[in-house]
Amino acid sequence: MTVATLDLPKTVVLDILRKMYRIRHFETKVIELFQEGQIRGSTHTYIGEEASGVGACSALRPDDYITSTHRGHGHCIAKGGRLDLMMAELLGKSTGYCKGKGGSMHIADVDAGILGANGIVGGGIGIATGAGLSIKIKRTDQVCVCFFGDGGFNQGVLYECANIAALWKLPVIYLCENNKYAMSTPIEKSSAVADLSARAAAFGMPGINVDGMDVLAMREAVWHAAERARRGDGPSLIVADTYRFEGHNVGDGQRYRTREEVERWRQSDPILRFRDQMVRQGLITDPEADQIEAEVQDELARAIEFASQSPEPDVETLEQDVYA
Amino acid sequence: MTLTAEPATATRELTLSQALNEALREEMRRDPNVFVMGEEVAVWGAGGGIFGVTRGLVDEFGPERVRDTPISEEAIAGIACGAAVTGTRPVAEIMYVDFTAMAMDPIVNQAAKLRYMFGGKAKVPMVIRAQEGAGRGNAAQHSQSLEAWFVHVPGLKVVTPSFPADAKGLLKSSIRDDNPVIFLEHKALYQTRGPVPEGEYLVPLGVADVKREGKHVTVVGVHTMVHKALAAAEKLAAEGIEVEVVDPRTLVPLDVETIVRSVKKTKRVVVAHEAVERGGVGGEIAMQIVDNAFDYLDAPIKRVCGRNVPVPYNLNLERLAIPQEEDVIAAIRELVAGAV
Repeated sequence: MTVATLDLPKTVVLDILRKMYRIRHFETKVIELFQEGQIRGSTHTYIGEEASGVGACSALRPDDYITSTHRGHGHCIAKGGRLDLMMAELLGKSTGYCKGKGGSMHIADVDAGILGANGIVGGGIGIATGAGLSIKIKRTDQVCVCFFGDGGFNQGVLYECANIAALWKLPVIYLCENNKYAMSTPIEKSSAVADLSARAAAFGMPGINVDGMDVLAMREAVWHAAERARRGDGPSLIVADTYRFEGHNVGDGQRYRTREEVERWRQSDPILRFRDQMVRQGLITDPEADQIEAEVQDELARAIEFASQSPEPDVETLEQDVYA
Repeated sequence: MTLTAEPATATRELTLSQALNEALREEMRRDPNVFVMGEEVAVWGAGGGIFGVTRGLVDEFGPERVRDTPISEEAIAGIACGAAVTGTRPVAEIMYVDFTAMAMDPIVNQAAKLRYMFGGKAKVPMVIRAQEGAGRGNAAQHSQSLEAWFVHVPGLKVVTPSFPADAKGLLKSSIRDDNPVIFLEHKALYQTRGPVPEGEYLVPLGVADVKREGKHVTVVGVHTMVHKALAAAEKLAAEGIEVEVVDPRTLVPLDVETIVRSVKKTKRVVVAHEAVERGGVGGEIAMQIVDNAFDYLDAPIKRVCGRNVPVPYNLNLERLAIPQEEDVIAAIRELVAGAV
């Protein structure tokens, strides 16, 4: 590690804080809109896990790729996704990222390297590994971060792909966000091995556990893995120890865990933790942080206004874009 | 006999396997983003592919572009999808179509749907090659014809060549297509010989070919059934029954127009495929004919398809399970009885 590269300039501090606030407030609004019936289907919020996605993506270049999951809003925002286009998509509008055809679980912006949220648990793993192969074939030094959860970690495709990625030294970072539950199933009931990062040994790739509530720890871990991948040394596994503050989906009664447990995790809120740390270190002031939060609230209000005012998709679009 | 317009370039006799090999070679020379991956595509046998389709490619293009993979079908299809959406043109081989059952999520939920789900902002230019069909005693897990599975998924194209020239022209078009294409070869047709144009030769996807003209009855056949229909037509010609044989060549898109034009002329039609009858593409083709040419029909549409059983191992039972030339002849006789 060269200190210079992982320097923490103030612009980065502000960007990290802004993105974490964006996710928190966006998702809080999503819950409200879902309960009002304005968002259809099912939706899964990233509240509590902000440090993982934002830390990871802050270590990436704009031309790097990510693949996401059903819990994808946070990853999209972390990689630079726009709140207005996301909100329009959630409201099913023609101005949304996917012209209203994808919804919560399929938001993507391929040009920005966001290869999509994914409604299939583990569905992004093959895509991320393929992005790694195309990077290798085209001889660029991009990387792809493949987000998946502790639930997705038990899908067979992960084992096929991680083996191939290690074999071919593909520039893929497999990032497991262990938020402790696959729907209601706790990690103790889905994995015989408590230390998920130990699974990396089976592929011959490095595997580490990172405090997923610490945005700077995530940034550093992903930066190291990315440097390794850019050098041509192949993939890594990072397991982020994190927690979702809300249910699996909006409407989840959460009978599988106690209020006390959730409350305990809320005490280590990743946004407050980062903010306090930065203020303590004198990198930002409280008024600056408040200012950022206020700006995010304004941005979100404008995004909701844009989405609400946007037109529904034309009926003629139904059969468009099935084929190129 | 093929009624495809004579290409400008010279032709020579090739097997269907050699024609596919030539298509791959030409497309890989033409576009550095085209690469081949799959199980046993680089080394096996005389240098690639259990039926020799990828033979020798690794010698010309190297292991970076001709990739032997572990036995991991879901990864093969998923990696192909991810590589395609990020700007390359993978040609992934699944050794037997039966094994696509191991790879269905990346094909059906990812590759077929990304473009639509993303509002048209992604391209997935990938080809999945697989071979299907019975006739070699490979039994139930290596003999199925599963084209209907893929025909049923919007977003996929489905190609089924029966002749060497078509195989070359269709594979080249499939590789250049910006959509996921399921390219299904038939294991019993790899050694079929025929004239194949040298160099640039493209057969567009979605254009059927009338392989033989006739006026009494149309047979729409897939893969081996085109050949069995042509053999049947030859025999029946001696009795004055003139059979028209239509090869759709691609099932998605399906050239309904050419099929309907033929049926309007002959007024009788047999739809034939090796895949099991129940839920097969024959039902779809028949319904397209009903929708578009019902008033022209002088007799009910007949299907000559695989029996609704897993393909058995025993030679006699296997022969019974899949339609034969005599089944086509019997169906035609029934349709034209009293009319010719």
